[in-house]
Amino acid sequence: MIGFVIRMGGLVRLFFLGAVALSLMHLFGQMPPWVPVALLVALALALAYRPGMPRGLRALVLLALWNALAVAALGLAAHASASPELWSGVAAVWLGGWFLVAQIADLPRAPGLWGRVRALIPPLVFGATVLWLWQVVVGALNVPRVILPAPTEIAARFAASTDILWIDLVQTFVRGALSGFALGVGAAILFALVVDRYDFLRRGLLPVGNFLAALPIIGTAPIFVMWFGFDWPSKAAVVVAMVFFPMLVNTVQGLAATDSMQRDLMRTYSAGWWQTLIALRLPAALPFVFNGLKICATLALIGAIVAEFFGSPTRGMGFRISTEVGRLQLDMVWAEIAVSALLGSAFYGFWALLERRMTFWHPSQRGR
Amino acid sequence: MTMRSAGPILTVVGVLMALWYLAVVPMNAPWERDQAARAGRELPFFELLANTMAQERPVLPAPHQVLIGMWTNTLGCDAVGRRACRDTTPLTLTGVGQRLVASAGSNRSLVYHAWVTLTATMLGFVIGTGAGIVLAVGIVYNRAMDASVMPWAITSQTVPIIALAPMIIVVLNSVGVSGIVPKAIIAAYLSFFPVVVGMVKGLRAPDAMQMDLMKTWSAPGASVFAKLRLPSSMPYLFASLKVGIAAALVGTIVGELPVQEGGLGVRLLSGSYYGQTVQIWTALLTAAILAAGLVGIVGAIERRVLRRMGMGQ
Repeated sequence: MIGFVIRMGGLVRLFFLGAVALSLMHLFGQMPPWVPVALLVALALALAYRPGMPRGLRALVLLALWNALAVAALGLAAHASASPELWSGVAAVWLGGWFLVAQIADLPRAPGLWGRVRALIPPLVFGATVLWLWQVVVGALNVPRVILPAPTEIAARFAASTDILWIDLVQTFVRGALSGFALGVGAAILFALVVDRYDFLRRGLLPVGNFLAALPIIGTAPIFVMWFGFDWPSKAAVVVAMVFFPMLVNTVQGLAATDSMQRDLMRTYSAGWWQTLIALRLPAALPFVFNGLKICATLALIGAIVAEFFGSPTRGMGFRISTEVGRLQLDMVWAEIAVSALLGSAFYGFWALLERRMTFWHPSQRGR
Repeated sequence: MTMRSAGPILTVVGVLMALWYLAVVPMNAPWERDQAARAGRELPFFELLANTMAQERPVLPAPHQVLIGMWTNTLGCDAVGRRACRDTTPLTLTGVGQRLVASAGSNRSLVYHAWVTLTATMLGFVIGTGAGIVLAVGIVYNRAMDASVMPWAITSQTVPIIALAPMIIVVLNSVGVSGIVPKAIIAAYLSFFPVVVGMVKGLRAPDAMQMDLMKTWSAPGASVFAKLRLPSSMPYLFASLKVGIAAALVGTIVGELPVQEGGLGVRLLSGSYYGQTVQIWTALLTAAILAAGLVGIVGAIERRVLRRMGMGQ
């Protein structure tokens, strides 16, 4: 069975053929003629494609296939109404996209920058296909906007309300998440230095910290809202509570990452505690510290958004999500979710990038 | 926990408790002073001290208040009802069982709300884990899926997807789906992605040498999967199951906020509306016990499975 799955490339091509044939039977009557023609061109390119082609031709064929599929997809999306020919056309475009991605994934690995860019093509094609499918399905089935707005509606709302989105971003991310993140992470690192000095504390606090890190700390949000009020200090406090223990545990582990040989070497240099810390132990702890920072980057945004569900001033991403859901303005909710997704991956990406710059010597960062 | 670290752990927990008690006094004192000033009388220090530990709506409840709250909300007469209170005793094991059953039927008890949360969490966790394992197998055996889906699964870990929760609840409610299913969906997708990422890593854990050995035995794909890939993935699977079940619980609790249909999230939110701090703390403690229990159960299964496979410590 597994071998069968592996040889799916040929099978996808076969299904692609069938779907195109099915849709052609009706598409000429319903759609402007360029839609089925584009599908036919895509099919011809897919059938003509051979992995053994010269490199330039191969790239050209795949690019042309992508263009033909995109044209057909746009035509189908513009004339979406629920009918068998639409669904067979949709299936044809989906299978064509699958074929395209499968061929790109099967190409021999390319070195350097081009290889890294090429690795981005399949997920981007997949993401675009999912968005397109969302658009077509919502349009064809006339899904009410209060259940699922189309991506174009969400994009329009996003573009029209950038000012509100920006105010919410500043409130939730800059005031709430970022200040809490800085406080919590800073406190955890300082405390880790103390814990590391005393073995008793390490043996006592590490299991407790590990235990607390697994608990639903987000539940402290109503308590902090009661203590610090509706505005951002309560959100920052929730974030501090959420990031403190994961960061502490990771930093303490990192500070223990040097081996006795290295520490002995520092002693033969008659280096003091501080010198050893700066020259040996902090650098050695960096991979662990960055691991903690990446975990906490995600937790900080989650904490700041969810804490707003328990009470907030009349701005903020969590506030906007919960009130606009109540008013059934789902396009605004999706716009906020898009912002939070971009923000979350950007914040995480920032630490991942910094990690690559600062711990280039670590085995996990080499060989890319 | 080894015996060597039991002492330090107990000390740390004891110090935390002492700090908690110390914090109770300054946090609750202003209200007591205010009350005394309004009544126009002096408040002796020891009376102040005693009063701060026994307020009805304290800013910070003392640990014993939370414990008493736990008792009245689980096995106490308030939670089990007058009849069960008269007929059963919490001193025997059967009595505790009877009281738990009685308590589970009353929506004023934490047992009931914890049960609501637990069932949604478990349903979502089972669905999310199952789907995650299936997708991971697909990703490992299909290059196209690996190239196109895997980056999104990894990215999803950096994105606060829990922000979708209120929308899922409200939209599903508006189309007539309510109760356990919407919450389980949130729990499912929160536990889904960690399992996908961990399981893919695990199924790829066998190194080239082991794969080559299977090839020299001309083992068919199915036995490579069943005898090499699947067993090697177990440590990774359990690591992500622990992350996944904790995430599923958080998802369920957040999913309970928009619709007041019972569950620990409802207790947290209504406690915060009405200033019932003891109620918030008991709900929080219950959620913590639930989380620790669930992660502990997964951990226990992990130890047994790994030991039987010869991988345990």
